[in-house]
Amino acid sequence: MEWLDSFWSTYSTLVLSTGTNVLLALSIYVTLACGLLSLANAGFMAIGAYSAVLLTLHTVTPLPLALIVGAIAAAMIALLIAVPTLRLSGVYLAMATLAFGEVVRILILNAEDVTGGALGLNGIPQLVGLFEVISSVTVALYVFLRLAHSRIGRTIAAISQDEIATELMGLNVRAYKLVCFVIGAALAGLAGALNAHFTFFISPNEYGFERAVEILAMGVIGGVSSPWGAVLGGTLITALPELLRGMGRYRPLINGVILIMIMLYSPKGLWDGLQTLLRRIRP
Amino acid sequence: MLRLSALSKNFGGLRVLDNLDLTVPSRGVFGLIGPNGAGKTTVFNLITGLLAPSSGSIEFSGERLNGLPPFMITRRGIARTFQNIRLFKEMTAEENVLVAMGEHPQYGTLKALVPGAYRRAEDSERKTARELLSRVGLSAKAHQPAGFLSYGEQRRLELARALATTPKLLLLDEPAAGMNAAEKQELIEEIEKLEASGLSILLIEHDMRFVMGICGEIAVLNFGRWIAQGSPAEIRAHPKVIEAYLGSNDPGGN
Repeated sequence: MEWLDSFWSTYSTLVLSTGTNVLLALSIYVTLACGLLSLANAGFMAIGAYSAVLLTLHTVTPLPLALIVGAIAAAMIALLIAVPTLRLSGVYLAMATLAFGEVVRILILNAEDVTGGALGLNGIPQLVGLFEVISSVTVALYVFLRLAHSRIGRTIAAISQDEIATELMGLNVRAYKLVCFVIGAALAGLAGALNAHFTFFISPNEYGFERAVEILAMGVIGGVSSPWGAVLGGTLITALPELLRGMGRYRPLINGVILIMIMLYSPKGLWDGLQTLLRRIRP
Repeated sequence: MLRLSALSKNFGGLRVLDNLDLTVPSRGVFGLIGPNGAGKTTVFNLITGLLAPSSGSIEFSGERLNGLPPFMITRRGIARTFQNIRLFKEMTAEENVLVAMGEHPQYGTLKALVPGAYRRAEDSERKTARELLSRVGLSAKAHQPAGFLSYGEQRRLELARALATTPKLLLLDEPAAGMNAAEKQELIEEIEKLEASGLSILLIEHDMRFVMGICGEIAVLNFGRWIAQGSPAEIRAHPKVIEAYLGSNDPGGN
């Protein structure tokens, strides 16, 4: 099993990141699924990461508790900002949530006493391994898959297709959107908390605009017709740069071209595209 | 059952509805007619809470509705269809009906997580949805995406979806638009059945034969005001109605 050991020592971070990225993709999946175009999830990830790390770094909090605190902290902030921002929709919501992400980043940057400012937090205990990541992804995926095929999933799909008609079916559209937004935030917070505990180090710049767009890309590339889309999107966005390592300095270019091709030929995301392809092969 | 009192709606400086009073009885088919732009759909939007009245009140079974969000109004027992069909086009006909049944779910979130319980709850909901579809003659189309249905079928699906919310009062916004003669006849029969089952129906329609044939009482709206109300025979003979639809003989234009 020597090859496995050497594989793990080289790629463990990549494997674990794939897991947390799938969680992030699921977090944006649940917001996108009910038609909310949000760029706040990088900010929620930061909130989750910092609150969990501050606990494990300065106290003897056990990891599971720290993870839960990370998720809940993100969810609470989400609840707070949801009240004014969820009145917006489309690009206006994207703009407001983008601003929120920047506010979080700048707050962390300036609260040097607590967060270490631009230098970030160092020497985070390595508490997260394959078990924690896989079990989190499995539980989240199971719950989402079940709900997607239930009354709740149908309602969310209806909201994304026609909000007013859904409301007039006696369904509380605002409440559904709020819950989706908050659950997305909790998942992003959990992903941040997990991620921080296998990277030694976190700093505010990891959770900026680029990360927000990356998370959105995972959701959109994968597609929101099924939670499996998020799994695909999260995995692809993590793995693609690695697979293209041989391309040298053309890597970002090829990376971009591939993503554009996916959106061009499968605008509803990879999962939907694969389904269509499968149906065509064996009808 | 439904009572509008001194209801007005302004869009900016434009007075779209002016001091409307109306009582819709708890049984029977009530027609709301008037030339284009008279404000008929605005009345529906006010009743269902999509728009807030500028002044006046809306009462349903003695309860004041204005100020309630639309979903609460639906839960009080008012359902509607739309002039420009608003189905969930990517969902199947059956799923469209299932969404509307979400208001009184037979299973909660936790049940959805347990495979066996989920299956049973889902099956019983689907059975109810099928019954509603067969009621409007769409049994065979249950698994077709709503967007693929014909215009008449889409209108019937909207009706089934509205019924899935178990309304006491049904608002139909031009239910016969785009239907052929046979479809219209079927629709009349369906509306009569609904009426017989104790539902109150308020409908907007431009097809006069349809309206006259089915409504017990008709109110006529023009430029946001009532110009007449009464039985179909009275409306047909009413000089102001004829004037609103055909124009006046008076060369002065009044």
